[in-house]
Amino acid sequence: MSVAPDKAARLERGTMNWIAIGSIADIPQRGARCVATPRGKIGVFRTADDRVFAMDDHCPHKGGPLSQGIVHGAAVTCPLHNWVISLETGKALGADEGSVRTIPVRVEGERLFIALEAMASKAA
Amino acid sequence: MTEKLVIVGNGMAPGRMLEHLFEAPGRYEITIFNAEPRVNYDRIMLSPVLSGEKTYEEIVIHGDGWYIKNGVTLYKGHKIVAIDRTAKTVTSDHGVTEPYDKLVVATGSVPFIIPVPGHDLPGVLTYRDLDDVNAMLLAAQSRAKAVVIGGGLLGLEAAAGLNARGMDVTVLHVMPTLMERQLDPAAGYLLQRAIEERGIKVVTKANTKAIIGDVKVEGVELADGIVVPATLVVMAVGIRPNSGLAKEAGIAVNRGIVVDAGMRTSDADIYALGECAEVNGHVYGLVAPLYEMARVAAAQLSGDQTAAFVHNDTPTKLKVTGIELFSLGDFADGGDRQEIVLRDASAGIYKRLVLKDDRIIGTVLFGETADGAWFNDLKKREVDISSMRDTLIFGQAYQGGSPLDPTAAVAALPDDAEICGCNGICKGKITGAITGKGLTSLDDVRAHTKASASCGSCTGLVEQLLKLSLGDAYNPAAVQPMCGCTTLGHDDVRRLIKAKGLKTIPAVMQELEWKTSCGCAKCRPALNYYLVCDWPDEYADDYQSRFINERAHANIQKDGTYSVVPRMWGGVTSAKELRAIADVVDKFQIPTVKVTGGQRIDMLGVRKEDLPAVWADLGQAGFVSGHAYAKGLRTVKTCVGSDWCRFGTQDSTGLGIRIEKFMWGSWTPAKVKMAVSGCPRNCAEATCKDVGVVCVDSGYEIHFAGAAGLDIKGTEVLGLVKTEDEALEVIVALVQMYREQARYLERIYKWTKRVGVAEIKRQVLDDVERRRAFFDRFVFSQQFAQVDPWSERVSGKDKHEFRPMATVGFAEAAE
Repeated sequence: MSVAPDKAARLERGTMNWIAIGSIADIPQRGARCVATPRGKIGVFRTADDRVFAMDDHCPHKGGPLSQGIVHGAAVTCPLHNWVISLETGKALGADEGSVRTIPVRVEGERLFIALEAMASKAA
Repeated sequence: MTEKLVIVGNGMAPGRMLEHLFEAPGRYEITIFNAEPRVNYDRIMLSPVLSGEKTYEEIVIHGDGWYIKNGVTLYKGHKIVAIDRTAKTVTSDHGVTEPYDKLVVATGSVPFIIPVPGHDLPGVLTYRDLDDVNAMLLAAQSRAKAVVIGGGLLGLEAAAGLNARGMDVTVLHVMPTLMERQLDPAAGYLLQRAIEERGIKVVTKANTKAIIGDVKVEGVELADGIVVPATLVVMAVGIRPNSGLAKEAGIAVNRGIVVDAGMRTSDADIYALGECAEVNGHVYGLVAPLYEMARVAAAQLSGDQTAAFVHNDTPTKLKVTGIELFSLGDFADGGDRQEIVLRDASAGIYKRLVLKDDRIIGTVLFGETADGAWFNDLKKREVDISSMRDTLIFGQAYQGGSPLDPTAAVAALPDDAEICGCNGICKGKITGAITGKGLTSLDDVRAHTKASASCGSCTGLVEQLLKLSLGDAYNPAAVQPMCGCTTLGHDDVRRLIKAKGLKTIPAVMQELEWKTSCGCAKCRPALNYYLVCDWPDEYADDYQSRFINERAHANIQKDGTYSVVPRMWGGVTSAKELRAIADVVDKFQIPTVKVTGGQRIDMLGVRKEDLPAVWADLGQAGFVSGHAYAKGLRTVKTCVGSDWCRFGTQDSTGLGIRIEKFMWGSWTPAKVKMAVSGCPRNCAEATCKDVGVVCVDSGYEIHFAGAAGLDIKGTEVLGLVKTEDEALEVIVALVQMYREQARYLERIYKWTKRVGVAEIKRQVLDDVERRRAFFDRFVFSQQFAQVDPWSERVSGKDKHEFRPMATVGFAEAAE
């Protein structure tokens, strides 16, 4: 099961690093967890129908931690000021405008991977 | 290539210009210099801020985030002191020099100060910006005497605001009638009467000779020798364009900075707009033409050379609540003019239309202004009114035979009729947005068109348009659905949960035909509460439907850290508890410790990962969660009562602790704050709480439905009971009734307003059997609710909530 197979496949051929972050069971349904990285936290979201998405844990409005919000449908509501962000596109829904960077996710069996932009090679 | 656009001034006109410019972003890199140390706010709403009807936060147009989002560099508190047109740079008083390709000067206006002796004494203010309003509010605290010099629009709004703040206000006006530039003498007289009815004194033909006082203002001396005492003098006698900066730079300046119809000054790379600009011999002070300038300037800067400013008369309205006044165009008498006048002395109504060649050229309305938009439209379109001359003054409703209802009157307006004067929004644009974008509420229309979003005086018209466009689908008084996921209101959902025996969120959504697969952030927390309340023993609390604070059992802060408030029963603590708090603060390096309004201690800035460990240490000292984050019982504030106080009539501290220990842990529709005062001096401030007790010699007076937040409201008295046991039973029954019947997020005072004090009294005080049943149901639910969530989590519950799922990339990055 993959969120965006075409996008994922494309990235795989490029310079993306797929990093294991745990199991789908680690995230409650209609919930989220975060992954700490040197460039800030990433929110990993699981919907009611077991789709998994990842994006920067940083609301485009005032930087609220999206992983702390309520997950509904394929969207999350920011806990600070109730902006609703699409998990699929990272864009704000409704009359608000703004977007957050989404991060490719792959689900292999139970295991979850996210693709980080060649962080290790750049740092080395 | 992006060009550098520099803007001097950050008022409403350049703010609006940028909004237009960002409709097609990317051409310019933008820097703004604002002499005021703040963001762009709605200056025409300063009067409601002064009178207390609005707050500063409510009138901000662009918050800091807007500038960041649009990549605008904003220098707050930087005044530009020089423009170098050869080098194409500007320099601020703090020494910042910024180059420009295009420059926009929007320096606004400065208030005119009458150069009489004493005009510079402390206590003499103008009325121009938020600093002036804040200074007036400070002065108003004294409730002393104020004098407003100037009986025009601004002066009268200032006078009404100061009067609303409790000052004794006198208006001095040099002309024989008020607002003589906008009103004829008859309307000016009616206005004066309406102003005086509010307790404001008005002196006309008042020629100010001097402002007197040694070190600060003591009064105003008039030419006839009369001295009006005052500790505050507000000068509101007019404004003049602030064009000094442009003049020094050698740009052509007349009354204002001279610009062509495309807003360009004598220097082709420099534009001017707003109150500082002069177009075709006119300078402007009302918002509508300034917004039109903003539109033109933005179009020109985007390369549209055809955009041009056209002069239009703008209607004047006074923003003083309760005074209806409308003035437009030319209303001087003249041989070639006729007039139609209507007076209704008992209703305080005066209407006058000035006609020339069977066309309206001026209108003055006082007391009833609903037809202002229609008259404005007839004037603008130069409609020949000869066929309706006899009924014209009675307004649009009387044209064409039988009287029309107001909605039909709005329906009859043409599409280009202006509805929102502040923003220049016409009827067609609003109805187009309603149908084109599927708007269904006033807020939607405000968000998408800005109509009714500035001064709000056209709100009624916009609502009529919603009604016209949506038909029966728009009914602001109808049941509001819980959210976009359902058509049912809160009351229906609560009733059906009980009637159908629905015991899970999916069951509710299935049976009540939810439109979304798993609800939204509005309905899910509400449903979770209703189920927790109605089925305390059977329903499994759905944490994923709780707001983060109730999931993490702490309060999220703006930076994503949390605050922790342990319970201090009745506000009583001990050396041991305080020592434990001190140790936790040191150990976890908690940055801020604050005493709350509810008599306990708040530790702010705790990292989420640290929460379980913090709670473990606090738990060692006997602390449990204070539920400071919960829609539930918060604090019971107490005074020291008969234990210590020489006035105390009962043991208020003991009763407060007893109530808190009995009721903690219960979930409620919205937060519940309580207090117990030991005597009518009411040191625990029980009479502004959700539930309060005031002890008296003869027993316990139970209060409820107070508010001291967004709204301020004294409590209602539920009744007097004789014993502590009885007081507890009544309070618990009241809260249980509220738990069972109120809508989610509805505080007790709002619920009471809806169901009525008498009904609540009947159910929880008079009907003893019913009271007992409420009490028993509360006690039953408490056995499931009274579990300390902190100790549960110290023991490992919901571990995932407090730990990152993974930590990646750090080792590589360190290489």
